[in-house]
Amino acid sequence: MVKITIDNVQVEVEEGTTILNAARKIGGEVVPPAMCYYSKLPGTGGKCRTCLVEVAAGSEKDPRPMPKLVASCSTPVMDGMVVKNKTSERVHENRGAIVEFLLINHPLDCPVCDQAGECHLQDLSYEHGAEKTRYEEERRTFDPIDIGDKIKLHMNRCILCYRCVHVADQLTDKRVHGVLNRGEHSEISTYIEKAVDNDFSGNMIDVCPVGALTDKTFRFKSRVWFLKPMEASCACDKCSGNVLLWMFGNEIYRVTARKDKYGEVEDQNGKPGWICNTCRFEKKSPENWKIIGPRTINRHSVISQGKYISPRSNSTKNISNGNK
Amino acid sequence: MARKILLEHDEIPGIETYAVYRKNGGYKSVEKALKTMSPEQVVEEVQKSGLRGRGGAGFPTGLKWSFLAKPEGVPRYLLCNADESEPGTFKDRYLMEKIPHRLIEGMIVSSYALGSNLSFIYIRGEYMWILNILEKAIAEAYAAGFLGKNILGSGFDLDLRVAPGGGAYICGEETAMIESLEGKRGNPRMKPPFPAVKGLWGCPSVVNNVESLASVVAIVNDGGDEYAKIGIGKSTGTKLFSACGNVSRPGVYELEMGLSVEEFIYGDDWCRGIANGKQLKACVPGGSSVPILPAHLVTKTAAGENRLMSYESLADGGFASGSMLGSGGFIVFDEDQCIVRNTWNFARFYAHESCGQCSPCREGTGWMEKVLNRLEHGNGNLRDIELLEDINKKIEGNTICPLGEAAAWPVAAAIRHFREEFEWHVTHREESQSRNYGLLLKESLMH
Amino acid sequence: MSNTEIDIRKRHSEKPVFSIEKMAEIQSLISQFPEGKHKSAIIRILHIAEEEFGGWLSIETMDYVAEILSIEPIEVYEVASFYTMFNLEPTGKFVFEVCRTGPCMLVGSDSIISYIQEKLDIKVGETSKDGFFTLKTVECLGACGYGPMLQCGKKYHEHLTKEKVDELIAAYRSGEFPK
Ligand SMILES: Cc1cc2nc3c(=O)[nH]c(=O)nc-3n(C[C@H](O)[C@H](O)[C@H](O)COP(=O)(O)O)c2cc1C
Ligand code: SF4
Ligand code: SF4
Ligand code: FES
Ligand code: FES
Repeated sequence: MVKITIDNVQVEVEEGTTILNAARKIGGEVVPPAMCYYSKLPGTGGKCRTCLVEVAAGSEKDPRPMPKLVASCSTPVMDGMVVKNKTSERVHENRGAIVEFLLINHPLDCPVCDQAGECHLQDLSYEHGAEKTRYEEERRTFDPIDIGDKIKLHMNRCILCYRCVHVADQLTDKRVHGVLNRGEHSEISTYIEKAVDNDFSGNMIDVCPVGALTDKTFRFKSRVWFLKPMEASCACDKCSGNVLLWMFGNEIYRVTARKDKYGEVEDQNGKPGWICNTCRFEKKSPENWKIIGPRTINRHSVISQGKYISPRSNSTKNISNGNK
Repeated sequence: MARKILLEHDEIPGIETYAVYRKNGGYKSVEKALKTMSPEQVVEEVQKSGLRGRGGAGFPTGLKWSFLAKPEGVPRYLLCNADESEPGTFKDRYLMEKIPHRLIEGMIVSSYALGSNLSFIYIRGEYMWILNILEKAIAEAYAAGFLGKNILGSGFDLDLRVAPGGGAYICGEETAMIESLEGKRGNPRMKPPFPAVKGLWGCPSVVNNVESLASVVAIVNDGGDEYAKIGIGKSTGTKLFSACGNVSRPGVYELEMGLSVEEFIYGDDWCRGIANGKQLKACVPGGSSVPILPAHLVTKTAAGENRLMSYESLADGGFASGSMLGSGGFIVFDEDQCIVRNTWNFARFYAHESCGQCSPCREGTGWMEKVLNRLEHGNGNLRDIELLEDINKKIEGNTICPLGEAAAWPVAAAIRHFREEFEWHVTHREESQSRNYGLLLKESLMH
Repeated sequence: MSNTEIDIRKRHSEKPVFSIEKMAEIQSLISQFPEGKHKSAIIRILHIAEEEFGGWLSIETMDYVAEILSIEPIEVYEVASFYTMFNLEPTGKFVFEVCRTGPCMLVGSDSIISYIQEKLDIKVGETSKDGFFTLKTVECLGACGYGPMLQCGKKYHEHLTKEKVDELIAAYRSGEFPK
């Protein structure tokens, strides 16, 4: 076990643990945001850079500070390490910069996005006050495409976290989509029209931190927060059958996995609670389910504080000015 | 200080063949190392030589070798970086084309030192004809018993292969190169773990530049101490510089470190001055990613001392008034060149070459390119200059690999030294489209 | 651009097949890598495939390479689209890849690019009407001291002038390949 201090809070973790996971052990404010790392998908992390933290002391043995901010999701802890997240001005500033980078080519179509209200990028942009864009250039655009008949990809919204690629690699037997091209032209694609046809492919939707991958069977064309999330289960031979139903009245609009406060699927029976495509896409009738009861969602700050509309509408205005 | 070690005998016809190379002392170092030295002794000589990596970072080669992990029963790999894609750099190409056996010889002794039985040369895909030259030379070396099983009866086995890239500057970064060698996209890996612990196929690996490995030949032949006597201070040995841009005689030159920059640019043995009798405006002395120097800081340091062709002297003054030796790509600008245009050009290069996996580099390089494009084409504002400086700061230090910084630094340096020229592009939008803000214009504005 | 729009330009009408000799060459390249590491040969095989099957990589060609390496087609698409040497759409018979990077620009690559555009009556990225030439601009090719320069196939043409461009075009057109 090694001891590490994050934002003045001490915690003891196993050797080899990452800074991010040590922070999650503490919980609360000290936890850095993670847009690409996903603890249930080995190999993820390191790409988005939103989880950057300051290492004020490298270790007990070598207490020198690290010159650069480090990606907490992929940096292992050292005994005696001192980390600053919320307490670091530098972190705040640079995280704001990362959020700005992630937003410059983002379409700001939150009003019509399925993810609105559960989007980490939206939360971050609110938190970092990205009300005004300094980006005056033309935005990168792609047409939405179908990845199979159940999943739609809005590449414009994608932040290239690579999570969906890892889902396809790790949960399905054949990967048909991936990252194509390079640099700012990188895109998630199947290259040619090809159906993603696999029992677990739908989990891509759940891991996507933004609204880039969406459920085509989702019938509600309005705000997620009008829906009531209900825990439910069914006897399924492919997955645990433990899901979340998003209901309006008596109707099921959408089925997802149950997610924890970091937006990751919760464990069910000791294993990550990925759900199968049958549960997700086919079972839209209340008879299919045993409804357990409502679930209080720790909705991300933006909605719970009722501040959803204001920051975004501001920015929309500024952008239309800038583009003239 | 013309001194040929790497390019020794490059003027002899047929030196690219085994027979001629061997007749002129080739493969002596292999005989010496395999017959009279232990691998540790070779590493020690390289450490004593003070050789620093010639690929750009200047990291001491012997020290790098000493970090190589040696777990029991796990293969180790020596990987030669022949990706040579940093704009301004074309030295490795010359060495491999002219004297391919020099690199092969260097790789054999280095592989012996590191305990690699399978080594690779990763060469940029555009150099396909050099790949053919290398493979031909490798076949000759196999035939002569310098490659293959039980080389010279020493019990040491080595197979040497060449693998091409497919057009991606980023594959010069060592972990991207490893990914590419594994048959994947050239996305740099997160470090740690470093290649010395987990490199190619998860095994301990050393990545070295062509010139670094070729230098090992002389170190083994003459001893590390002898080699360390060449050069100046911590810049030991000779170095290949590729001179390009507006000099009278561009080309690849081998020089003993410590030659003055002035002599290199103007001397008869070297570049012979600025082309067409023009004046020097600026110089990027170590490949496109190192800071640009305005004329008054090229031949002299800020303190007024002569600037020399060495790691320390080219870096003298830090970012404020110095640059870096980098890869040895020596790019010279004459009085008619537009710094804004060139800065845009380099920014476009980096945006084009970003692998795109981390957000600051993917988005930031593209953003800088677009802003600079506007500035260069008469559509910029004064606040764009501050914006560029700010984007710069926000890329710096926040990326997975150093490409982000390689893209940011040239922009920062250009603005630092040529701010008036950027501003002039905004205040004289139309004029800036028909003429360049040359040295002459600058002088006339100042007086 | 949606996938379907560009699909057609990315397809071959027939399944490509390597000759027996080429296949032997490819097998020997694969065997240069340790057991189980055959994917490492992918870039080299794609270069050969491009040369053999019309100078570009169609979906059929890439699927064929995937089959040879026993990997998923997407893995080939990912690689082929990352490395800029590979053409994913048909090109003219000869591709002029002119370096546009700084050092070449300092010695006049801009005017060489304009001259070729004028001479062939095409823009960068286009193919001449006779189908002979495609013009591309590329980043530094490691010939900075010998610029302006262009690459055509495996060949570098350096120290370009307008006259030299004229000669090159004539030579390629007439089928006697320039030295
Ligand atoms: C973006 C980038 C591109 C690079 N390109 C090259 C290259 O083309 N050739 C090279 O030898 N080193 C290149 N390097 C440096 C290598 O990562 C590595 O440090 C070097 O090959 C080590 O060899 P050395 O110690 O012998 O210099 C590059 C580094 C970066 C970050
Ligand atoms: S589609 Fe979503 S999950 Fe996939 S890379 Fe983009 S943002 Fe990540
Ligand atoms: S800094 Fe640029 S090139 Fe390097 S890993 Fe990040 S995106 Fe790729
Ligand atoms: S979560 Fe750590 S870099 Fe994305
Ligand atoms: S800049 Fe053109 S070859 Fe290097």
